[in-house]
Amino acid sequence: MILTRENILNFVITAGLILVPIYAVIVEEPFTITLATRAVIFSLAAVGLNIALGLGGMVSLGHAVFFGLGGYTMGILAFHAQSYIPLFEWPILIEGTKQMLVVWPLAMIISAIAAFVIGLLSLRTGGVYFIMITLAFGQMFFFFSISWSAYGGEDGLSIYVRNQFPLVNTLVPIQFYAICLAILMLALWINARLAKSSFGLALSAARQNTARVRNVGLDPKSIKLVAFVISGAITGLAGALFADLNRFVSPTMFSWQLSGEIMVFIIIGGIGRLYGPVLGAIIFVTLEHFLGGISEYWLVFLGLLLLLIVLFSRGGLVGLLVGRERVHE
Amino acid sequence: MGAANSCTQTCGVFMSFALFAEQVLNGLQSGIMLFVMAAGLTLIFGVMGLINLAHGSLYMVGAFAAAAAAAWTGSFLLALIAALIGAALVGMFVEMLVIRRLYDRDHLDQVLATFALILIFSEGTRFFFGSFPLFLDVPKVIAGPINLPIGIEYPVYRLIIIGVGLCVALGLWLLISKTRLGVQIRAGKNDREMIAALGVNISALYTFVFAIGAGLAGLAGALVGAIQSVQVGMGEPVLILAFVVIVIGGIGSIKGAFIGAILVGLTDTLGGIFLPELFKLFMEGSIATSLGSALASMLIYILMAVILVCRPQGLFGVEG
Amino acid sequence: MNKTILKTYNLTKNFGALRASDKISIDLRVGEIHGLIGPNGAGKTTLIAQIMGGLKPDSGLIEFDGTDITSFTTESRAQAGLGRTFQISQLAMDQTVLQNVVLGTVGERGDVWKFWRPVLAVQELRERAMESLSDVGLADKAATPVSELSHGGRRQLEVAIALTLNPKAFVMDEPMAGLGSDGSKKMTIFLDNLRTRAPILLVEHDMEAVFALSDRISVLVSGMVIATGSVDQIRNDARVRKAYLGEDS
Repeated sequence: MILTRENILNFVITAGLILVPIYAVIVEEPFTITLATRAVIFSLAAVGLNIALGLGGMVSLGHAVFFGLGGYTMGILAFHAQSYIPLFEWPILIEGTKQMLVVWPLAMIISAIAAFVIGLLSLRTGGVYFIMITLAFGQMFFFFSISWSAYGGEDGLSIYVRNQFPLVNTLVPIQFYAICLAILMLALWINARLAKSSFGLALSAARQNTARVRNVGLDPKSIKLVAFVISGAITGLAGALFADLNRFVSPTMFSWQLSGEIMVFIIIGGIGRLYGPVLGAIIFVTLEHFLGGISEYWLVFLGLLLLLIVLFSRGGLVGLLVGRERVHE
Repeated sequence: MGAANSCTQTCGVFMSFALFAEQVLNGLQSGIMLFVMAAGLTLIFGVMGLINLAHGSLYMVGAFAAAAAAAWTGSFLLALIAALIGAALVGMFVEMLVIRRLYDRDHLDQVLATFALILIFSEGTRFFFGSFPLFLDVPKVIAGPINLPIGIEYPVYRLIIIGVGLCVALGLWLLISKTRLGVQIRAGKNDREMIAALGVNISALYTFVFAIGAGLAGLAGALVGAIQSVQVGMGEPVLILAFVVIVIGGIGSIKGAFIGAILVGLTDTLGGIFLPELFKLFMEGSIATSLGSALASMLIYILMAVILVCRPQGLFGVEG
Repeated sequence: MNKTILKTYNLTKNFGALRASDKISIDLRVGEIHGLIGPNGAGKTTLIAQIMGGLKPDSGLIEFDGTDITSFTTESRAQAGLGRTFQISQLAMDQTVLQNVVLGTVGERGDVWKFWRPVLAVQELRERAMESLSDVGLADKAATPVSELSHGGRRQLEVAIALTLNPKAFVMDEPMAGLGSDGSKKMTIFLDNLRTRAPILLVEHDMEAVFALSDRISVLVSGMVIATGSVDQIRNDARVRKAYLGEDS
């Protein structure tokens, strides 16, 4: 690991993510841990999107679909477990579950399938169509979840107890936080490896120049589709964790506002940067808490900040802190 | 009456001609307002290559302008004019301040910047007007029903909406095909560079086109606001529907926007009424309604998906 | 006579009323450089686009190495061994020179579905990439981001990527474009040696280079091939002179 400014920054952020919650345990501020967990889960969602957006250049304005699918997977399974009603009785008996290790793969698989279908349809055309179509599919899930009253409809679904993880007491905030942080670190590692792999190279090239990719004998569409599926799966996992954190799932997890917000995390942090999504999510959650405490119209300031960043400083905050240096390894 | 009875007997469902006709008209009405939204969007994209998420905010601005004007003057007509002009002016202002910096940027930047505008507009409006919906009343004169030649009663106001929408369609068609401005609008990007070299003020053209789109959005917002309500966030669901219309119709095509909008309006309205009824034929009442309306909410997106499979560039879109 | 590796049969393409390609039949033989010249607007770019798969012909056939590739996608044609360089360099600008060439090796190997191993650490791919870079003289610029590369460097990179694919034939669209006289001379020598590796269908405006390099030349005017022959034959062809120099010559 070379000592670059970006690597130092990443290290500092990681250290912060470890030390701040520990400090919160010492001074007995559990709410800070909840905030930190929220930031980490949002980071994970954004890391997912960044694979499609930052690496692949796919402007997906409907990533909340996967967030919501992950959340509802967790929610529906938990609902059936806590109410002792099986999910299916015929042809085979499937009951609910509150085991994280069962819920997570399921959430990821369901999100991946949705990403495959949506990606397949949306990648038929590029550019603006892709943006509009992903936005539209997000809306579709949103309205569907509102009208499907079996799982709460507009009011959402409450989950009584946090899901279980072997050897860990997940009801203790710092322990649940540790799980989420571990997953985020794993996702960041996967992201980093992916970016440097053959696949990552081709994906990044596909983002910059599809003609070039075709003329070396590769199909940019399949590459982007696979990236979109991976991206959806990771964001789906974040959704499952989010539902677990809040012990609540609702259609707002599918909303266009959330899709936009996940994208905003990445832009604030820095789109091409590994820790961009993380820094952006942390800043967002911090602003939401502090500015939101001062004014309920704090989103205006977020809007202004976003506008200024887009118009004047595309590298986001990481870019600002680290300069134009880029590691090409 | 005899036809309705035999239909009832064969279908087992109470489906009268009156209900059907009424729903078709409702579908047309919602479709045509979608067209007004989508036309502005597709025009802006066709001419300037800009995807504008803030179009829904302009819809909202129009509705609020109308509500404010109606409260102040008591005149619905003035309210509509205020909506049109107010939204156009706001649009013009936003174009000169923010939008014009985005024409040369990639779509991601446009999306983010206009998303930022949504936040600013929405929260800003909430700050000034509060979170509770305002009400814009349809004047009593046109609030009542009228007897239509096909044998049903239908609200005058909704017919007026359809009428206004058709006028907008006609007006746009005339503008684009019969005027010099229309030629400038129809010019491809390269031709535009050419006519700029010949002295045409492209910057003013873009501002004007944006203002037209904004004004149309505002008008739609006011017209629909009188039927539903005027509140923050009313524009975005319509915006996304307008996107569906554009995807179906083909981006850059006003004709596509018209056909697409009518299709979406009819599918949404008729689907929402008849799908639950259809399900009731072989399912228990409450489940049928629940599942039927859930599926109906997805219908237009399924329609969009089907068209994407068969014709990715939209019904009237240009290939490639 | 050497084997024919690439052949088009009556390729026709219309854009509305404009006939951009009018029953074009040309061929490329192993070991040769076949120059394609013609005035602006003659349809050279349209022809190349059809050969490479970017544009679908209205009628006609394209045969490569014995296979009918008319309905192949661009990527399939590249995989079949048809290498191509663009008139305007098509490069991944945010990446380095090395990364761009390594992409070529990934494509040649068909090895894109690897998600874990850092591609630049794969010895074999790196070596092959550096080999191509050395061939064009860019080895010392391997770590340079393409955005910082000179125009001449980008044209060289464009060729290097094509080399990496080990193609059975090259289609080169104005490789000299934008190169100064020095760069053009170097490129000419390079292409001269390249013909032994694979034949080249060379579209060029630089007449000196075309006449120096080509074994055969075809002349395209208004979508039609008006002449095909050796350098001398073309130089003295009345129709060619008329097309380029006007009625009076």
